[in-house]
This record gives sequence, structure tokens and C-alpha cells, in this order.
Amino acid sequence: MRLVVDLNKCQGYAQCAFLAPDVFAMHGEESLVYNPLAEQEQRERVARAVAACPVQAITADGLDDAGEPPAEPGQEAAHGR
Amino acid sequence: MDGDAFLEWLRREGRIVIVGASLAGLRAAEVLRAEGFSGSLTMIGDEPYEPYDRPPLSKAVLLGKASPQHTELPRRREIDAKWRLGVAATGLDLAAKRVRLADGDEVEYDRLLIATGVRARPWPKESEAQLDGVFVLRTRDDAAGLHRRLKASPRRVFVIGAGFTGSEIASACREQGVAVTVAERAGAPLVGALGGVVGAVAAELHRENGVDLRTGVMVTALEGDSSGRVRAAHLSDGTVVETDVVIVSLGATRNTEWLAGSGLGAGPRGIACDAGCRAFDFRGIVTDDIFVAGDVARSPHPLFNYQFLSLEHWGNAVTQAEVAAHNMISASAERQPHMWVPAFWSSQFGVNIKSVGVPSLGEQIMITQGSLAERRFIGVYGYQGRVIAAVSFDNTRWLEFYQRLIESGAPFPVEFPTVDRRPEGRQPVPADFPDPSLPSHGPTVTLSGYSPADRRLVFTPGRH
Repeated sequence: MRLVVDLNKCQGYAQCAFLAPDVFAMHGEESLVYNPLAEQEQRERVARAVAACPVQAITADGLDDAGEPPAEPGQEAAHGR
Repeated sequence: MDGDAFLEWLRREGRIVIVGASLAGLRAAEVLRAEGFSGSLTMIGDEPYEPYDRPPLSKAVLLGKASPQHTELPRRREIDAKWRLGVAATGLDLAAKRVRLADGDEVEYDRLLIATGVRARPWPKESEAQLDGVFVLRTRDDAAGLHRRLKASPRRVFVIGAGFTGSEIASACREQGVAVTVAERAGAPLVGALGGVVGAVAAELHRENGVDLRTGVMVTALEGDSSGRVRAAHLSDGTVVETDVVIVSLGATRNTEWLAGSGLGAGPRGIACDAGCRAFDFRGIVTDDIFVAGDVARSPHPLFNYQFLSLEHWGNAVTQAEVAAHNMISASAERQPHMWVPAFWSSQFGVNIKSVGVPSLGEQIMITQGSLAERRFIGVYGYQGRVIAAVSFDNTRWLEFYQRLIESGAPFPVEFPTVDRRPEGRQPVPADFPDPSLPSHGPTVTLSGYSPADRRLVFTPGRH
């Protein structure tokens, strides 16, 4: 599954690094390093990380079994920001 | 057909072509579909890959945390497009509304979005640039080649240019124990983007992490051995550095050559467009059916005196693409301006560097929180008595506050007290940006055009 983190939004709360440590890792005090192609068996953990991110910075596809792409994160729908 | 009927027809069965199949192109396509465009959509890209993310290529990929082949962007939704990948656009016929492709094909459009971005500026001496072991880093193929070479334990890596990409590469090499020399023409890393005060902190970061940083020097020649492999770099101070990998990080060039002679207002500084992302033709008349987004666009920004800004920023590509896509299929009263506050991030030597606004416009800087010595601070840039930008080193949670100061044109110097203000931050000091007429590693923001507020031209030389 593919994922991307909007690092302008990311504020280093590290929730994702706790919930899916094989995909997300803190690098230094507040930088995030992640693997943009997570293994399929990480799906549950990535879904939890996406949901838990306090600033909703993570976009991932393939989170649903049906292969339905995820709905656009609410905050990203606003233009001009 | 009147305007409303045309728009309805366009949304239902029009033909939209997007040239540039990277971040901006993909996000635009998704918004078109999300907003109900049901006509035909064609995505044209010169690279043979589906849209992938570039920032990880100089960070997670070089650190071994991600594969250079697998940074593909997730999809927000199905876009049902015809993909023409691996074929560059080579020309545009405005009158016939056709894009010419490298394979001779032509694609007709009713609305066109240009998101062709930038490419890495190559080493100017072609024979030296072609030596084995000389790289640039922009594309997935660049990253794969460099990644392979770095894994083969080079004796020393030589980075030309200490902008963000060059600094990130040096950082990744050091983290893996590879010896690195960085050569920078300016007095410190990152000075083009953040000025000399912050650049001095960046220089300390390089040196503390074991980078052999050479500033105030130019690379005069790259030397190859008899088998055509690079073996040394010659510097303007007379020194020679033996190396087996050279990475040229001299910024980027906008991909506008394919538009030469088309009549569009396109050149080395990008494609000029209005605040609604509609492209100008070379006469300064706005086009109705051609839109621009991402690194290749140059648009007037109301927060910065309507100067035309070109932003090589990830977040700009996303937002401008969203605005352009919306405007492409909307009536004029429904259109939106692109007013995104510039923002970017970099991660190097374990430090998270982020910025909002346009630091390179800044005349002065104040360290309003934290301290330079601790590498944890907020620097605020002032321009003509107002806050124009801010930079954070490992202090990102405060940036949004400063973004609001920029948006509201708050006065500079910052007079109110701030958390963790130190004695050094009480007075503004010159931000110390290099003279823009001197060649150096440029910022990733290009200022150009006429500013009605101060009645002067800001000239940024095309660094070729």
C-alpha cells in the first residue's frame, strides 16, 4: 500500500511511529522518516496511524479490503491552504 | 454556445489534457474527477513511471528506509485517465488546441493543464557531467543509480552545492559513515534560501557531523581516469579532492523549452499565470483554456505585493493543482485564487528545518524563540516593517502562529514577548542574504516581476 505524509502539516507528535513502527520512525527530535510503500501486513497498523495522527497528515490508499480508495481527508478538501 | 452551456458540455464530455504526471498533475486529476468532470482525461509524462513522490529520494531512500523504485504517490480516488507515460510533450499549438508528443502523436484538448515542473540543473561541462560516478538527484532513476553507488562503499562522496538537496545528501552519507566533502560558492549552506544568520548554524551542523565543508569556493573541473570514471574535483582555491562519487546539486531548471514559439508566456523563470492559475500568453493576455500548476508556474501572490512567485515546494504543487483543477471546470464567479502561504521542510543531520512565508525577501531576522547555539529556535524575517517569513529548527509546533502573523501583515520587529525569548533575540539583525546578482545556490523561491507597492523590479538572474 502506498502512503505519503504531508510534512508541512506534520508536527512530530510521533503517534504513527508508536502505532506502526515498521513504517514510520522519528529521526532526531521531530523529523519523520517513513516508507512510502508499506507491506500489506502493515495495513491494520497504518490504518490506525492514519486515524490517530493529530494533524491528519497521512494519506494512504489500499486501506479498505474492497480496494476502494479512501475518501479525501477532510482538511485537504479546503482550497487555498 | 453561451458560457453556461459550454461549461456544462465541458464538464460532461470535454477533453482535458494534463502535461506532467507527477505530484501536481495527479492531484489536479483527482480534483477534476472529485468535482464531477466526466469527460476524457489524458495524463502525459516524460518519465515512464506513474506519479511518485520526490522528497523521499534525498532522505528516506538514501538512508535505506525506502526503495528508490517505490515512492509512488497514493491515490485519493480513481481518476480514469488515459496515461501517456514515457513520452515527453514537445510542442503546443494554441490555435489548434493540440499538444505534440515526442513520438509524433498529437493530443487535442478543450482545457490544458501544464505541470511540467523542473529538472535538476546538470554540471555545465558536458564531458565532465558524463563521467561515470557523476550524478544529479531529481528523478527516481537518478536516485536508483546513486543509491546503488552509495551502497558500494565509496571512498569519498563530493557534493557540489549546499542547498537543501545537497545538504540532505551530505547528511545521509554521514549517517552511513561515508566520507563527504561539500563545496559551496556562498559563505555557508542554505544561504540562498535562509540567509547568512541561519546559514552559519547549518555550517556548524555540517562540520559537527563530520562533513568536510568548503565554502567560498567553486568547483573548476571534474577529473576522470582513463576508464572514464570520475576521480577528483578541482577547486578554485587550488585544492584537489579525490572522490569516486560526485553529486551535482545546483538547483533546478524549469521545463518550459517545449513551449518555445508556442506564444505562451513561458521562459526560464517559468510560465506566468494569474492568481487563478490561467496562463498568460507572451503578450500578457490571459488565456481561457490553459492553466498552470506546480514548480513550473509563476503567479502573483497578494501577500507579497502581488509579486510573481515561483515556488519549488511540495505543498505549493498540491494546492496550486487543486486550485487550477477547480478553476478549469468552474464558471468565473466560482473560481478561486491561489493564495497558499509558501511553506517547506527539510530534514538533515537529525534536525527538522521548516519554513513559512518567503524568507529570501527578508531584510532582517530576529530569533524570537530558542537559540541558534542550541539548534532549536524560531527565526522571524522582516521586510519593510512587517513579518514576511519564519523558519524553525526543531520547533515546528510554533510555525502556525507565525504563519498567521505573516497572513495578517503583523509588524516587524516583533514587539510582544514570546515563550523562551533569549537576550540574543531582542534585536533584529541583518538576515544576510547574498546579493542576488551574484551566482550562488539560489533559493527555491524565485521572485520576479513588477511590484506595485515599491515601484521597482526585483531581478533574479537565470542561473544557467
